[in-house]
Formats: sequence, structure tokens, C-alpha cells
Amino acid sequence: MAGISGDGPSGAEKNGGKANGLRVVGKPWKKVDASAKVTGETKFADDIFLPRMLHCKILRSSAPHARIVKIDTSKAEAYRGVKAVLLGKDLPIPYGILPVSQDEHPLAIEKVRMVGDPVAAVAAVDEDAATEALDLIEVEYEPLKTISSIEEALETSEPRIHDYGEYGNVHRRTAYEFGDVKAGFAEADFVREDITFYEGSTHLPLEQHASVGQFSPDGKLTLWSSTQDPHYLHRSLAKVLGLPATHIRVIATPCGGGFGGKCDPFQHEIIVSKLAMVTGRPVKICLTREEVFYCHRGRHPVLMATKTGFKRDGSITAMHHRTFLDGGSYGGHGAASTFYTGVLQPTTYTMGTYKFDAVRVFTNKAPCGPKRGHGTPQPRFAQEVQMDKIAEQLGLDPAELRKRHLVPPHSLTCNWLKIGTTSLGKCIDKVVEGARWKERFRKLPHGKGIGLACSAYMTGAGTAIYWNNMPHSGVQLKLDRSGGVCVFCGSSDIGQGSDSILAYIVAEVLGIEPFDIRVVTADTDLTPVDLGSYSSRVTLMTGNAAIQAAERARDLLAQAAAEKLEVPANRLVFADRRVVDMENPEKGMSFVDAVWLAEAKFGTLGTTGSYTPPKAPGKFKGSGVGPSPTYSYCAAVAEVDVNPETGWVKVERIWMAHGGGQAINPVLVMGQVEGSIYMGLGEAMMEEMTYRGNRNVVHKFPSFLEYKSPTTLEMCDVVTYLIEDDERETNAPFGGKEAGQGPLLPVPPAIANAVYDAVGVRIDEVPISPDKVLKAIRAKAKGQEGRYGPTHFPSCPMPEPIRVATPWEGGTGEGVKREPALAKA
Amino acid sequence: MKPGEANNRKKRATKPEKAHIQLRVNGEPVEVAFAPHKTLLEVLREDLALTGTKHGCELGECGCCAVLVDGKPVLSCLYLGLAAEGHEVTTVEGMARGPALHPLQDAFAELGAAQCGYCTPGILLTAMALLGKVPRPTREKIQQALAGNLCRCTGYIKIYEAVELAAARMQGEPATPAKESVYGWD
Repeated sequence: MAGISGDGPSGAEKNGGKANGLRVVGKPWKKVDASAKVTGETKFADDIFLPRMLHCKILRSSAPHARIVKIDTSKAEAYRGVKAVLLGKDLPIPYGILPVSQDEHPLAIEKVRMVGDPVAAVAAVDEDAATEALDLIEVEYEPLKTISSIEEALETSEPRIHDYGEYGNVHRRTAYEFGDVKAGFAEADFVREDITFYEGSTHLPLEQHASVGQFSPDGKLTLWSSTQDPHYLHRSLAKVLGLPATHIRVIATPCGGGFGGKCDPFQHEIIVSKLAMVTGRPVKICLTREEVFYCHRGRHPVLMATKTGFKRDGSITAMHHRTFLDGGSYGGHGAASTFYTGVLQPTTYTMGTYKFDAVRVFTNKAPCGPKRGHGTPQPRFAQEVQMDKIAEQLGLDPAELRKRHLVPPHSLTCNWLKIGTTSLGKCIDKVVEGARWKERFRKLPHGKGIGLACSAYMTGAGTAIYWNNMPHSGVQLKLDRSGGVCVFCGSSDIGQGSDSILAYIVAEVLGIEPFDIRVVTADTDLTPVDLGSYSSRVTLMTGNAAIQAAERARDLLAQAAAEKLEVPANRLVFADRRVVDMENPEKGMSFVDAVWLAEAKFGTLGTTGSYTPPKAPGKFKGSGVGPSPTYSYCAAVAEVDVNPETGWVKVERIWMAHGGGQAINPVLVMGQVEGSIYMGLGEAMMEEMTYRGNRNVVHKFPSFLEYKSPTTLEMCDVVTYLIEDDERETNAPFGGKEAGQGPLLPVPPAIANAVYDAVGVRIDEVPISPDKVLKAIRAKAKGQEGRYGPTHFPSCPMPEPIRVATPWEGGTGEGVKREPALAKA
Repeated sequence: MKPGEANNRKKRATKPEKAHIQLRVNGEPVEVAFAPHKTLLEVLREDLALTGTKHGCELGECGCCAVLVDGKPVLSCLYLGLAAEGHEVTTVEGMARGPALHPLQDAFAELGAAQCGYCTPGILLTAMALLGKVPRPTREKIQQALAGNLCRCTGYIKIYEAVELAAARMQGEPATPAKESVYGWD
């Protein structure tokens, strides 16, 4: 529970305190949990110490792909302080975040699929005893052929890593065609195809995942865990533990960094729950940093071929975008990730027709999943680098080219995504002006360069992870006689400030101060369901639910106050902790008096609000992935300094214009934008989740030191512009769109385009490491193509695509069904 | 070495006798007994219930566990608890004076420099040590001082701005956050 500090918003005033009718929204308040976080009071999961608590350690597979022949735990069971040992057979029910990917077990059953797969778990009186007991567990493995790359997965049909999926080691194939792409290419003046690769990377949250399970003698389980999605975890626990969901309580502790990495239900969360049930004592686990690397669920490595047909004016008549995803050892969110490597391509520039083929394969590596931007930074990289090449081919300025063909507001894309407001044109103008683009592009001395890229991103997925007709977010309000208000919501704050957003919005509607509000979140016993902190959904969905709950409360108070004041209820305004007649401001009462009158009139005061996203216009199979209540837009210019002798690239500065609509709290939006730029910079320049393919598919460097991420010394200067829409986006609370993911997306392509401007070589893959730049520079010096990147795109038999007519062809949004005969290889 | 062995399997004496030391923590004398192989990080969190000190790797790579020993930043995960005997240890819990936050804490809260807040205690203490030596550090100086503290949320920008804001205020200047760090550039 948190309350905002007594101080008002931060000192700086925008435009000398511009009046827009909002008292709370749009101002830089401190977060409700800011004081706790700067004093060390915030209790993360590993900060929980309960009496009689046991400690859990997990034995993980040393083999990348093997059958388990024998496990002997007898010595471990007899070891001092050991209270329980668990094996796969103790938790036989499979689970997984998506209904279509129930392919995980808390502990391996019969076989292991990656180095790091959990095999056995120990609960002991202290961490030392649990750790020592792991050494006493004997496991005999029978090695199986390993699969370490997309190519190997396509070539190797046996052994299968999983016995489900499309065929062999192909997990998912997805194929769509919107409009007649062949005709689209025929209409084009030029067609070009570019092959690009985006390396995998991991979230690297500073907090190692931790959980504490407690089982009470009356048969109820409580799990505290560093999770982004307590509701989905709650469902998985009920399934695997065989307990009624009513007897399970999940409390999401403040999350010490998520970025998508704490969305899946994890093995250790189920294991400590089971160990608590078996031992009758609280059980804690905190993963080691190495184990966090094995949890992963990060960025998929994606190989892409993007064929685009365009006219002399740069308009895109057709795109055929193909992707291969290296999924790692489990399904996880992978089926959704597969869609995301293509589904948002048509959201930035008008595209006449679009074809999209995606294939996800299984390999013996840590499983990939949703990382900030989920599946979309990769195709944006492909598309935005290609746009730069198209502009050059046509002799057009890249900024001008993009501006000519922007997706218009309130339109449908060729793949039936409904675009609401957009400010992409304004964003481009802003960074072009800020970076002095026109004076400097292609005019800087050799070694210095600037590059531009744009993006769009969802503000909340339009579809829940499991099929249901219920709201995506719920809020309850309790008003008490003190004049205080308590907000209950299932959302989980992962540092982005979602708890604070609830306080600001309720305070705005009820005319009270954020400091008067308490927020209770992320507790499945106490709070109504919110689906979780993913897909940039939280501000929009909890915000809309909070507005509804607060407006219902305001209506109750207004009725009671109107009776007393003898004025019509619709003439009352709520501001500055008062309820007053707008026509006669002297006539009014305090907020707390209105609460007393309303409680006397109606009884105990409480209201609810809920939010369900609008129905998407597409009706074809698979149309649930991509639709969002609204999209954020952004444009970035990167400035680089490349040393042609060493290939070393220094990113000097990034200008970022983020079109996120009305900022609910601008200082928090700034933080999200800057954090996104940082993470994009890491992916562009150095971060890679790579394995020694020839040495048992072992992760190359599961540690902070060797997995390179930007420190203060590598972080670039940032110039951020927050761009508001010309009109308020009515689907978003007060017009506020997402900010946490979208601004990552244009960063890697802007840097790649800047490197080309600096030294004239194309680096068509990330990370853009010095060795790659140097190879391209040397190749160019020898008269070869000045390029580094993939040259080969593997083939895979694809099913007939689902064909959907575009809106402008008079389509209805229905698709032609996939023919099963062709779905088999 | 098998996976998980790197820091999962610290070979330790089975039943060590406890060490018993005296030190000062956040200005107060403290006596504490603990297994002698424990790091200062573990002693603070597990034996003194000062859970404000965090850990991200326990291998000295991330800076989350930074505390001050006699005013100097040390990585408490690489520092034996025994070595703290007779020394003055400052943790994040020792920064505020009664209910009044340290100017760095205030500035971090004001500018949203603590997002998830997990790296924050280590960064606050490292910054406090910097300001003790260099009252008005340049941006470059701040970057150098914090180069061993990773943060995955903020991109470090709000952290720099908060340190600069606190430094100005500690010199008695009535500083407020710059408009562009709060609302962006015009």
C-alpha cells in the first residue's frame, strides 16, 4: 500500500503552467512509491523473511538435449537440514502462458531440452544446506542430437525437441496475404529484397527472480513473487498444483525490473509453492544471475527477408515480409511473438498489399518470448533500414519519403488494424528540426553520420491471452468517512509507475489530491483482475477502468450534495477537495462532507469500473494479434561517430520524438522514453544472447560482466520531445497513450542508417559490433559490396496463406480458411 | 564446471563457528554474530534485517549492493562481513535524517530517477560518496563515478539530472528541475 508524498508536483512548470482544464493529469507528480524506493523501504520478494522459512535450490540440466535415464536423490534426502526433494514426477501437469503452448513442466520429466532446464529441487533449512544437497543428486543423461540454429532446426526432423508443433522442429508457421500481392508487385516501378538479422538479447533485470510460498494449515497457498502478471500466474498455479484457484493467493511484489522477462509463469514459482505444501513451512527461492539467464524469455533472434515493391514517388504497392524465429526450447509466448514479427509492419506507411510468412523453430537454447517491443523491433529494423535504402535508390530525402506516405489518422491498414490518432508527421518534423537534419544529412565529414527511423506500437493488446468475454482490467474504489479514497486494482507496478497512474486519475476525476489516495494492487485475493504489465496496456486499460469507477463515485456524491445544496447534480464540479456549484462557486461543501452525505443516503460507498478493448475490425483467424485501442508513434535521429580504422561506433546522441498523446505524468513518460532509448542502444550496439553451438549449446556468457550492456560510459546523450496529438485520442484515458516500448523500436535502425551515412557501409544486422563494421569497410575498399549481414534465406514449406481482401478492395475483414492438406510439409 | 556451479555452489565448511564482531552501522554501534564466510551483503540483509541493500549478481558485476565503508563505496557482495569489524558502514537506511530525506533521495524521487528502484540504493550511496569529494561534479564526473552501477530502467539520464539537482541544492542553491527534463524539449 502506498500514498503519494505530501509535496505537490515538481517545481518546473510547462509553458508557465498552461491551462488545459486538468488539475492533476499532465503534471510531474512524484510516484506514490517514490519515497519507499529511495529509502530502501520497498520490499522486493527476496526481502521477505518469514519465521521457519526454508530455502530452495534447483538442480539444472548440464546437458542441452538428453533423456534422463536415472535420478538418485537418496543422498540428498539424507543430508543435514534437507526437508524435501522434488522431481518432475511430483508435478506432472504441463503448463505454459498460452493455451496453445502447454509444453512446460516445473521439473523435467523424462528429458531435458536445454542447459539450465530444472531437474530437481531441494528445500532445506538454509541456502548452504540446499546448495550442498544439490551436489549429492546423481543424474544420468543419455545425450540426444542437439539443435542450435534456425538452419539446424529446419534440417533436423528427428529427434524432435517437442512432440507437438507443425512438423519436425518447426513450432509454428503463419502465412497471411492482404490483397493481391502479385498484382501489387506488378504495379511497382521498383522491387527490392533485403535480408536482415536481429540477434537475440535478454531483459537483464537487476532483480534476480525471487518467490516465497506459504501453505497454511487450513489448506490455502500464498505466493509472493516478482511477477509482471499475477493473474496468469494464479491460473497456472491452480492448474499444475491441482488446488482450487479460490485457495491460492498470488501477491506480485514490486518488480525489480521486468521488461517482459517476468511475464511467463516460471518453474521456480510452482516449485516453491509445491515445496511449501509438502513441508508445511514457508519456502523461498532467489535465482542466481546465471539462472536468470536460463529463464530468459527475451528477444527472439529473427532472420528476415523483406521484399518491397514501390513507385517512383516512394509509395509502397506491395510488401512480402518473411521471418524465421529461433524460439529456443519452449513455446511460451512464441506463437504470439511469431505474429508480431510481421503484423505491425503496415502501421506506419500506407501499404497497398501485404504478405507475411513467419516460421518459429525449436532449438536447445533458453526459451525466447516477450521483451520490450515483443517481436516488433526486429521487423522494424528490417523495414526502416530498407526505407533508407529505398530513399537513396529514389534520390529522395528519407524524412521526406516517409512523410509523403504516412498512414492517415482514423484509417484501416491493409491488414485491418484500426489506426486512431497519429502524430508521426509531427514527430518526424521535430527530430528533423532538432538534429538539423537538412543541413547535415549526407553532408557530414567521413566518419560522422546521422540516420533516421520511425515506428508505431500498440497501446495494449486487444485480445487477452486466454479466450474470455470479461474485462481486461477492473478497478474498485472504497470511499471512507475521512474523505480518503482507496483504489484496488490487479495491475502490477514494475517500475513504470502504474500504481501512481491510478492515484492521479482518480484524484483528477474526484477533485481531490493524489496524496489523499491509497493504492492496493497486484494481490489476487484483494484486487479485481487486471491482466498484467505487458503489451503497453496498463495506463490505457487501468486508466479507463479507474475513470469509470471514479465517475460512478462522483455521481453518488453529486446526487447527495445536490440534494443538500438544492442545485441540479450536473451543475456540480469537483476540484480542490471541494464540491461546488459551477454557476455559484460560493455554494458548495468539502469533499469529505459530500462523502458523509452520500454514505448516509446510499450506505457504504464503493464503486467499480472495468475496461474491455473495442472489437477489432478484422474477422479472419489470427486477427486477434495486432489490434490495439490506439497506437503510439515515434521518430528518432541518431548521430554516430565511426572510426574507419577500427570499426568502433560511438553513438553520440539520439533525438527522439514520442507521439504518446497526453502524458498522464510527463516526468514518468520521459523516464520511459529515455529507458527505451537506452535498451534500444544496447540491442543495437552490444547485447547478444549467444551460445557455443559446437560445444553443447552452452550459453556463451551468462553473467553481467560478459553479457555486455550499456553503462553510463556507453549511454548516449538524449534529446526527447513529447508530442501530443492534435486531437484527443478518445480510446485512451485523457488521451494518454503508451510510452514504455514504442520508443525502443526506431533506435537500432536509426543507428544502422547513421553508420551508413558516416562510412557508406550497410550493417544489416544487430548488434552493430566493430568487427562487422570493419569487415564491411574492408570489403568496400576492395571494390566489393560495402555490407555486413546475412546473404542466405533458408526455405521452409509454407501453408497456403489466409487470404484477406484489403478494406479498399471492399473486403469484409473475413479470411479464406487455411487448407489443411497444404499445412503439412 | 557444471551450469549453476559458478555461484550456486560456494563450498563452505559444514558447521562453522559463528564470528562475533562490533562495528558501526548508520551511525549506531552494532554487535552481530554470523557464520564467518558470510559477505557484508549477507550480514546486512540476513543478520541485521537491513534489506535496503540489494543484490543483482553476488559476483561484483552490477553495483546493486554498494554500501559505504568509512565513507567509501564498496561492493558488499565481495566484502567479507568480518572485514567490517570496527568500521563505519552506511546503507541506504542511513541516508535520511529522521523523517527528512537526503537531498539525493529527494531529487531521485522528484525526477523519477528510481523506476523499479532496485539499483537505486547502490547508486544513491555511490553518488553520496561522490558529492562528499566533489560537491559540484560535471556530468562526465558523475558518469565516471557511476560507471560500475548498472541500471536497466532509466537510461541513466534521470539519475544524472537528480545528482546534479541534489548537488546544487546541497550547495544552497534553490534549484528546481529543468523544464526539459520534466516535459521534454520544446
